[in-house]
Amino acid sequence: MGDGICRDGGMRGNMFEKADIVIVGGGPAGLAAAAAACAEGIEAGRILIIERGGELGGILNQCIHNGFGLHTFKEELTGPEYAARYIGQVEEMGIPCLIDSIVADIRADADGKKRMTVMNRTEGLFEIEAGAVILAMGCRERPRGALNIPGYRPAGIYSAGTAQHYVNIEGRMPGKEVVILGSGDIGLIMARRMTLEGAKVKLVAELMPYSGGLKRNIVQCLDDYGIPLKLSHTVVDIDGKERVRGVTVAKVDENRRPVPGTEEYISCDTLLLSCGLIPENELSAGMGVDLNPATSGPIVNESMETNITGVFACGNVLHVHDLVDYVSEEAANAGRHAAAYIQSGAEGKAGKVRGDATGTDRIGSVEKGTIPREIKVKAANGIRYTVPSRIRLIHMQEEQLIRFRVKDIYKDVCLTVYFNDTVVMQLHKKIMAPGEMEQIKLKKRKLEEFEGLNEITLCIEKR
Amino acid sequence: MSEKKGVNGERTELTCIRCPIGCMLTVTSYPGGEVHVEGNTCARGEEYGRKELTNPTRIVTTIVKVRNGKRPVVSVKTKGDIPKGKIEDCMKLLKGIEVEAPVRLGDVVLADVGGTGVDVTATKSVERKN
Repeated sequence: MGDGICRDGGMRGNMFEKADIVIVGGGPAGLAAAAAACAEGIEAGRILIIERGGELGGILNQCIHNGFGLHTFKEELTGPEYAARYIGQVEEMGIPCLIDSIVADIRADADGKKRMTVMNRTEGLFEIEAGAVILAMGCRERPRGALNIPGYRPAGIYSAGTAQHYVNIEGRMPGKEVVILGSGDIGLIMARRMTLEGAKVKLVAELMPYSGGLKRNIVQCLDDYGIPLKLSHTVVDIDGKERVRGVTVAKVDENRRPVPGTEEYISCDTLLLSCGLIPENELSAGMGVDLNPATSGPIVNESMETNITGVFACGNVLHVHDLVDYVSEEAANAGRHAAAYIQSGAEGKAGKVRGDATGTDRIGSVEKGTIPREIKVKAANGIRYTVPSRIRLIHMQEEQLIRFRVKDIYKDVCLTVYFNDTVVMQLHKKIMAPGEMEQIKLKKRKLEEFEGLNEITLCIEKR
Repeated sequence: MSEKKGVNGERTELTCIRCPIGCMLTVTSYPGGEVHVEGNTCARGEEYGRKELTNPTRIVTTIVKVRNGKRPVVSVKTKGDIPKGKIEDCMKLLKGIEVEAPVRLGDVVLADVGGTGVDVTATKSVERKN
């Protein structure tokens, strides 16, 4: 990190008591949001990134594999290289960062200001006041406790990301003979990584009848190394008291219940869990941000703004992404909107809560008491969720991306978009899978032209 | 990978790994050595399909030990793809070396790995321990 960046400490001069925009999290989302807010005209010194870890870049630092940045930089980078591009931008702009610092609590006060309690080793506990907050805390892995696997609690059970940290950051191997439960991307990447480092990866078991990871990772991480993938299989028992000695794997039926008689014992000293990621929203929930049960992330509008005015969300805290390029793009969008919010002077006029979870505007905000018309974006048949979930026409850009995931594997179907009850878009899709985030673009002009538009619905229909 | 005989050439179905989109490719190789790629949505995909049938290559990413660094290891990559058959050699060579901190992103940590003509470079900077 260069000299322009303040580490923890530096609080003595009260330089961070107030900021226009505080960004919680210095990973790819936080970095891109900060850079975009600054590029939009917010003075660098009035922006602050608060990062829990000891360095910027977040999870990218341990994702040493390649495949990042093709959309953004038109070249294939590794995680650390991708992070370095954004860290470089933030440093060049001179945006201050507090590292090794934890935001314990955020409060949205009636005066429109957001006040947060922050702590670190040098300053202890202190308060920072912000005009706008961008939530960019990322996500965490689903732990063993959430998976209901019986057995003792021996050493040798790790989440895939923890193992990735050991191998790639600490340079240590968690074990020699490995079974991986869950075929999410991190699990697949770790199957290859452990193999390259000399471990024997005996099996990847996936509960669902399809993989949760990207197709390319099945090819280059499993097929390349002859690692078997068993779909509709799960771990039903873990053997070993001090250290894992083996696991019992069984086939599951369509209700995901183990089928008696299909059990198979596999000896191993390590079990990696790659069973999904959960947005980390304790801070958001604590301040009253409405969450979407489908994503476990905030419900946002076209500006990536939550139900609390001046509180924005982006990246994996909003919904779990497959591609960091899309995180950066979404975060830059949030950063620009946060900048516009500050520049409009809206914070002083804003009420605390703008709308409720259903998307109706009760209190009104930036438009001097007028209620901006909101169009609801609804996920229907086959669509699990959409981001955003509502669009205010007056704040909409010329084009608005709607990102979504489907509930199941669909082959040869139509992705249909309705404006109220009218079909306006039909896209033929050869295959859609829950493991791959999808997106469509809506044109502002089309929305404006449609009289009385109050609901946009995305759904999957038969061809 | 599934293979079936086409009318003229031999058809192979592949998933492109050059970017996360993962296009489904159909690669047809004709008796004369000519190769035709379908299903790709960019030039990289065509190159991948062609190479995967003739000379499959991969980029290798791993870590290398660092001496006197603030961190024990630094992440590295082969600057370009190397033949699939060379991956194991490449890993062995990289396990055997140690680099002295500071390391800068882009520094060559091992030149011409295993005679592939491809350099291995650092993908992160590691400061020297104070």
